[in-house]
Amino acid sequence: MQRPRNDRAWFLVLPVVGIVAFSALIPLMTVVNYSVQDTFGNNQFFWNGIGWYKELLDPTTDLGGRFFDALWRNLLFSFLALVIEVPLGIAVALAMPRSGWKVSATLVLMAMPLLIPWNVVGTIWQVFARPDIGMFGAAVNRLGVPYNYTQDPLSAWVTIVLMDVWHWTSLVALLAYAGLRSIPDAYYQAARIDGAKGFSIFRNIQLPKMKRVLLIAVLLRFMDSFMIYTEPFVVTGGGPGNSTTFISIDLVKTALGQFDLGKAAALSIVYNLIILAICWVFYTVMTRADARENG
Amino acid sequence: MRGMTGGRWVLGLYLLFLLLPTYWLVAMSFKTNAEITTGLTLWPHSPTLANYKRIFTDASWYSGYINSLKFVTVNVLLSLGFALPAAYAFSRYRFLGDKHLFFWLLTNRMAPPAVFALPFFQLYSAVGLFDTPWAVALAHCLFNVPLAVWILEGFMSSVPKEIDETAALDGYSFPVFFVKIFCPLIANGIGVTAFFCFMFSWVELLLARTLTTVDAKPIVATMTRTVSAAGMDWGLLAAAGVLTIVPGAIVIWFVRNHIARGFALGRV
Repeated sequence: MQRPRNDRAWFLVLPVVGIVAFSALIPLMTVVNYSVQDTFGNNQFFWNGIGWYKELLDPTTDLGGRFFDALWRNLLFSFLALVIEVPLGIAVALAMPRSGWKVSATLVLMAMPLLIPWNVVGTIWQVFARPDIGMFGAAVNRLGVPYNYTQDPLSAWVTIVLMDVWHWTSLVALLAYAGLRSIPDAYYQAARIDGAKGFSIFRNIQLPKMKRVLLIAVLLRFMDSFMIYTEPFVVTGGGPGNSTTFISIDLVKTALGQFDLGKAAALSIVYNLIILAICWVFYTVMTRADARENG
Repeated sequence: MRGMTGGRWVLGLYLLFLLLPTYWLVAMSFKTNAEITTGLTLWPHSPTLANYKRIFTDASWYSGYINSLKFVTVNVLLSLGFALPAAYAFSRYRFLGDKHLFFWLLTNRMAPPAVFALPFFQLYSAVGLFDTPWAVALAHCLFNVPLAVWILEGFMSSVPKEIDETAALDGYSFPVFFVKIFCPLIANGIGVTAFFCFMFSWVELLLARTLTTVDAKPIVATMTRTVSAAGMDWGLLAAAGVLTIVPGAIVIWFVRNHIARGFALGRV
């Protein structure tokens, strides 16, 4: 639909700009302010310039070391989440029933993990994976595989990755399914006449049609896994040691645990800039894909 | 046909994988702590409602649900109120900086709550809203208002423009047209949007926990504070968890065809 240009529409978006500015800009300004100052308590602040940033970006300092460790953990976690959830989500979407009550039943069952409070997702996996009282933990141990997520870093990683797959694969599957449903039957009939078989139908018809929604799925999964906090906080608390301490967990510890304002603020700014950069890349790719589709 | 049976296996195993952990939580909520800690039982051997009874009678537990419902309701109303006119503007017009505004809204949906926890704490303390439902409701606007704009925009764009024009010719002023004619046309969309704002506010922990201490403490915070206390009451924790799943489980059936849209920033 061609929309006419009308700058008076700004009056309609003004309330949104106001509330989001209140919720986003004021806090960010506070953070910028703290990030260039040092404090010795008593509300006395001293100019510190880019001191905190220098420390943060230098891996040999304590702050910098923690930041880069957490950053690599975040990237590894996001990578694992995408590599498992996207193919699995597509496979599930392809296997979903096409019509009848089964569609509704499957949709409702699949959406269930998406609607559970994030800390309860943590609780569910905490009790499911414990070797003493959990079905999963006990079963794995009984198979003779040593598994204890509170003591062994590998077990902890397996638990949080599995938890993320449990929590979010349905999102990818639901999006992929929405993409599949938009394919007219005529396409499949044409493919049958041409003698196309399973994989080539997937490659030439289904995948191109899913591209746009999959892009959104990848964006959402990357962003949300990159800022993950609640689920590992509940299950492992960042441990054992620091093995599952992600940036958000480290940041909250620094900001609200130790009230180390300068360090926390510098970390916030850098964290936010990374997110902003990635967001911009995705946005550009997304709007280009939209433009191609519409034009 | 081989492909079909393979697919059925994938789907079946996946659904089983989704259900097992949830079943474990539900089963645990009906067990006594003695049964939970003395050995693995696949189903409650001596089922009890004691955990649920405790939650419904102990104010420190049930007030958590009431507090959560309070800020979630306020947030839904705020998000809808702010987003409705903006979504109309996005769906009907192009205007100066609309693309930039869209990107800015997107960045707020993507911003990590951890970054905002400390400044929100100070901001809402400074304006005297700390430990009230308003603080959490306003804080959750950060991601719910952009989301509401996108979902509503999708629903509004499917309403033909001719309706706006006809109403204008019939002499309706814009506010009257918007409330009396336009909103009823997208009632479904408003319902779906309300559901998603409800959901995303209901599931969030970090901001809700940071902005409250006693009076407005939400159920998700009550649950994590029990975890850190010495001696775990697993059965009680499981029952509390099951009860947080109930609101979503009740409403999900009505929005089942719009789930993808809600999670995909309205872009499906």
